[in-house]
Amino acid sequence: MTVELRGRGIVPGVVEAEALVTHDPISGFGGIDVATGTVIEPRHELFGVCFTGKVLVFPGAKGSSGWSGFFQSTRLMGTAPAAMVFNVVTTKAVLGAIVTRVPTVVEAAPNPLDVVRTGDLLRVDGNTGVVTVLQ
Amino acid sequence: MKLTDEESSMRDGVEGDAVAAAMDLLIRYGDALGAERLVDTRNVAGTMTQPSPAKAQLVREKGWAKAYAVINLDSDDDFEIPRMKVPTCQLQHGFSDDADGLTSYSKQSIELQADAESYYSERGVNVLATCTPYQVGNLPVRGEHVAWMESSAVVYANSVLGARTNCEGGASTGAAALTGKIPYWGNHLTENRYATHLLQADTSIDTFQEWGLLGYYVGEVVQEARPAIVGSLAQPDLADLKHFGAATATSGGVEIYHIPGITPEAPTLEAAFGGGTVPEAIRYGDAERRWAYETLNAQGDSDDVDFILLGCPHASLDQVAQVAHLLEGRRLHEGTELWVMTPRALRTMADRNGYTQTIMRAGGKVLTDSCPAMSRAAPPGTRVFATDSAKQAHYLPAILGIEAWFGTLDECVDAAITGRWRGELA
Repeated sequence: MTVELRGRGIVPGVVEAEALVTHDPISGFGGIDVATGTVIEPRHELFGVCFTGKVLVFPGAKGSSGWSGFFQSTRLMGTAPAAMVFNVVTTKAVLGAIVTRVPTVVEAAPNPLDVVRTGDLLRVDGNTGVVTVLQ
Repeated sequence: MKLTDEESSMRDGVEGDAVAAAMDLLIRYGDALGAERLVDTRNVAGTMTQPSPAKAQLVREKGWAKAYAVINLDSDDDFEIPRMKVPTCQLQHGFSDDADGLTSYSKQSIELQADAESYYSERGVNVLATCTPYQVGNLPVRGEHVAWMESSAVVYANSVLGARTNCEGGASTGAAALTGKIPYWGNHLTENRYATHLLQADTSIDTFQEWGLLGYYVGEVVQEARPAIVGSLAQPDLADLKHFGAATATSGGVEIYHIPGITPEAPTLEAAFGGGTVPEAIRYGDAERRWAYETLNAQGDSDDVDFILLGCPHASLDQVAQVAHLLEGRRLHEGTELWVMTPRALRTMADRNGYTQTIMRAGGKVLTDSCPAMSRAAPPGTRVFATDSAKQAHYLPAILGIEAWFGTLDECVDAAITGRWRGELA
């Protein structure tokens, strides 16, 4: 059975990949290592976890304005997530998604954090704003 | 998003390919935010000159214009970069030659950055090279729309100066500098500037450290929201608010706060909330203060301190003077490093006042342009560091894998002299 979450696509493109879910906001500068695509903030629930190639499902961005630059670097270094899904729209996260150039859906309902679990296979459609939980 | 004729013509290439790419990025960005239009700005603070592995690769292959196109405009096209359309300054970047040899930070990065400074200076970027442009002459006025990045500068500009900026990034500031435009969204709109949360300090906020602890707690509690702070608050100075704002933006994502009677958009508590309902206060008392202190100190284990870092955000001249005063006639413990980070313009004043010489005679250093978090480099062999900055205590363990102690300036200087951490919450 598939579940559909409907939101707003802010970066176009369609991708299918495994979800990596966190309920903690993510810091870019000081929060991720761009060379390995890994969360490095010690108190974060994804501490030490790699997001490369995953659909990063998270509440939103926090911390430094370096957020967009750090996620942009993951694209340039080949460690970027495959897609992003978040519901708290801020300049940091929105600009970050744009320069990471991965399909991105924001403000989806029902709340992705309530529905999606790490390991679910997701289809993220940045054109239509639909996130589908495939299995 | 609605565009003016001027904006449409920029998008269509009337002012050249770089400006067209800049407008394209601003439109994609503004649409994604849900902005209805752009707003004019004549004050941009961004980052262009700081090296990163990805940028170094782009520069090697295609030069600085390519690096600006990809990183500051999100464009893969090749074009020349014209002079910045509006006043633009460079924020803090990597270490410059004053830090050469003090860390593992590479000589190549220092040279690359010097090259970038020449390139961007020719295009009208003022190389202030500090996270605190407001300390060295870039002081937007109340109500002015600006496009700034650097979370601690953004929260200071919005809250203390009453200027209006969102927390911009490298690409949006790069595009704003070439167009004089930024999305009219978020903090640019009056209705988005009113407080959402009330914080009541029941414990006395009367020192630099207390402002940092309070800020770290406030950021943790409100995250991205807009706090108004009341209670037992002594009159803060520039350094206190610089520290407070940076701490709120580190543990959370605070971009604007109000202190009734102190900050310009909150003459009263009612004004801070725009005449709306004032919510029940979140209390900051002894338990919350201790939480902030213990959380910031949870990443220290060994009392053997190698490195003391002061000045984050970059130290004011008064802070440098205070460090010099505490170090007068004293000598750092062997093997312990002490750095004071300050804007280069203030370093010139510190030199003139003799503060630099006093700090150096004691074995410390006054450095400019950057910080260990930004450059990702500390003195070689550093295992345990101490700082009076909540922001550095939060970030450096993650970035450099070292232990951290957070304390007062006096405790930090004591650690520098003895090589031992003896700080505790008073």
